[in-house]
Amino acid sequence: MPQGPYSDKVMDHFMHPRNMGEIEDADGVGEVGNPACGDVMKLYLKIENEQIVDAKFKTFGCGAAIASSSMTTELIKGKTIDEAIKLSNEAVAEALGGLPPAKQHCSVLAEEALRAALDDYKKKKKG
Amino acid sequence: MKRIFFDHASTTPLDRKVLEAMLPYFIEYFGNPASLLLEEGSVPHQAVDNAREKVASFIGAEKDEIIFTSSATESNNLAVKGLALANKGRGKRILFSDIEHYSIIHQADFLMRMGFEIEYVKVDKSGLVDIDDLKRKATSGTILASIMHANFEIGTIQPIDEITSLLKKHGILLHSDGAASCGRIPVNVKELDVDTMTVSPHQFYGPKGIAALYIKKGTQLTSLIQGGHQEMGYRAGTENVPAIVGFGEAVRIAADEMENRMKYLTGLSRKLWDGLAASIEYMHFTGHPVRRLPGHVSFWIEFVEGESLLLWLNLNGIASSSGSACSSNILAIDETGLKASHVLTAIGVPPEICHGSITFSLGKDNTMEEVEHALSVMPDIVKRLRDMSPLYEQFKKTKGGN
Repeated sequence: MPQGPYSDKVMDHFMHPRNMGEIEDADGVGEVGNPACGDVMKLYLKIENEQIVDAKFKTFGCGAAIASSSMTTELIKGKTIDEAIKLSNEAVAEALGGLPPAKQHCSVLAEEALRAALDDYKKKKKG
Repeated sequence: MKRIFFDHASTTPLDRKVLEAMLPYFIEYFGNPASLLLEEGSVPHQAVDNAREKVASFIGAEKDEIIFTSSATESNNLAVKGLALANKGRGKRILFSDIEHYSIIHQADFLMRMGFEIEYVKVDKSGLVDIDDLKRKATSGTILASIMHANFEIGTIQPIDEITSLLKKHGILLHSDGAASCGRIPVNVKELDVDTMTVSPHQFYGPKGIAALYIKKGTQLTSLIQGGHQEMGYRAGTENVPAIVGFGEAVRIAADEMENRMKYLTGLSRKLWDGLAASIEYMHFTGHPVRRLPGHVSFWIEFVEGESLLLWLNLNGIASSSGSACSSNILAIDETGLKASHVLTAIGVPPEICHGSITFSLGKDNTMEEVEHALSVMPDIVKRLRDMSPLYEQFKKTKGGN
């Protein structure tokens, strides 16, 4: 089939999303975006000794949003929270083999979801 | 995998008979129709003349009321700008319906820079023009209204005759974009009483790169492309002879087959509509239930995003279109191109839901088996996307709590 606007990697993650689902007793949960913009991303983290041992997501959104969420969970699993916090949207987009210019915001949303989940973890830890 | 094309609102495949009619005019009869004194020019000239006659009689017009252009977009631009400029002395107000095609609404900035004022007329939930709103806005100083005949996205067909009789009382001209209607349903410009109307043959198995504008005799209209004397001075440029010939042939076939096609397509879309309604929860059809294009089924599904749905349908071999912000302009240079469909917003669909809309537009070569295939894959796709959606998760929890 001729190449559409999405890379093979994006289509692969769209068709076979990694780590899709929920974590019941998550240590950090981040939900960003809003339905009016077309994308809502929810990221669940399981953290042990400051290390991300599991990550899952649920996303309402376009192909790029689903692929960005899926790739983000892959990139952060096994990382310490100090390492994970450094993950940029550019790194997510690059790992996906690039995103169309109009879809860059989907990778930004994934970065924001990760930050929100890590903030939630820190808050819970303090509380 | 054999592809199932349910996106005839975007374009249609060229009819082979149309291609055959066009072929001699590329090489054998290559002459310029303007070279009337030469043997080379006379055959193409006659061919253009015949095609003009066919297009005219197809929509109930006279031959000299038909202008060939390069596209429906050009026809819409020629009509609206041409009528506005020629009638500037009478006023500066122009009405657009809220659901006009981009080739109408995107003229607004230009027209405003030229000193015109644009006012938008509302439509109701089914996509029909709100006649009371039109009455309120049809004031003195209004020179022109542009109200499409049928809408590609939601399928609704406007009661144009009713609209023109209201506008005529106030001396307001009407342009109607007939790109979606002409060739799909019977159209008679005299009965509709429009001043100008766009016809687009690639919507009914004719070629791309060619369209027509009907201009009622005696209408003042300023040309936008100056040059030679082609198209009665309304539109200069050497005629696209093969495409014009193809247009004529597409019109001939459409006139012959119209009744059968309409009946056949109505049967297919009824099956699709009923099947979807029976198998998918929280789904809503858009557009008018009766006053709609044959073969046209449009809907939105709660908790399902349109582009993802479109991509999954595509992976299952089915071509559809989505009013989803995310798919409507994926090649835009930035995300400002990604807005929820103005048509769905106009009929009152909330923006978060506009993202889940899909249009299936069927054509003469689609079959009942294809409809059944679409019905068999839809529930699984919807389930897959809902299982992934945090909105659906939240909805289920809230619902469970009740």
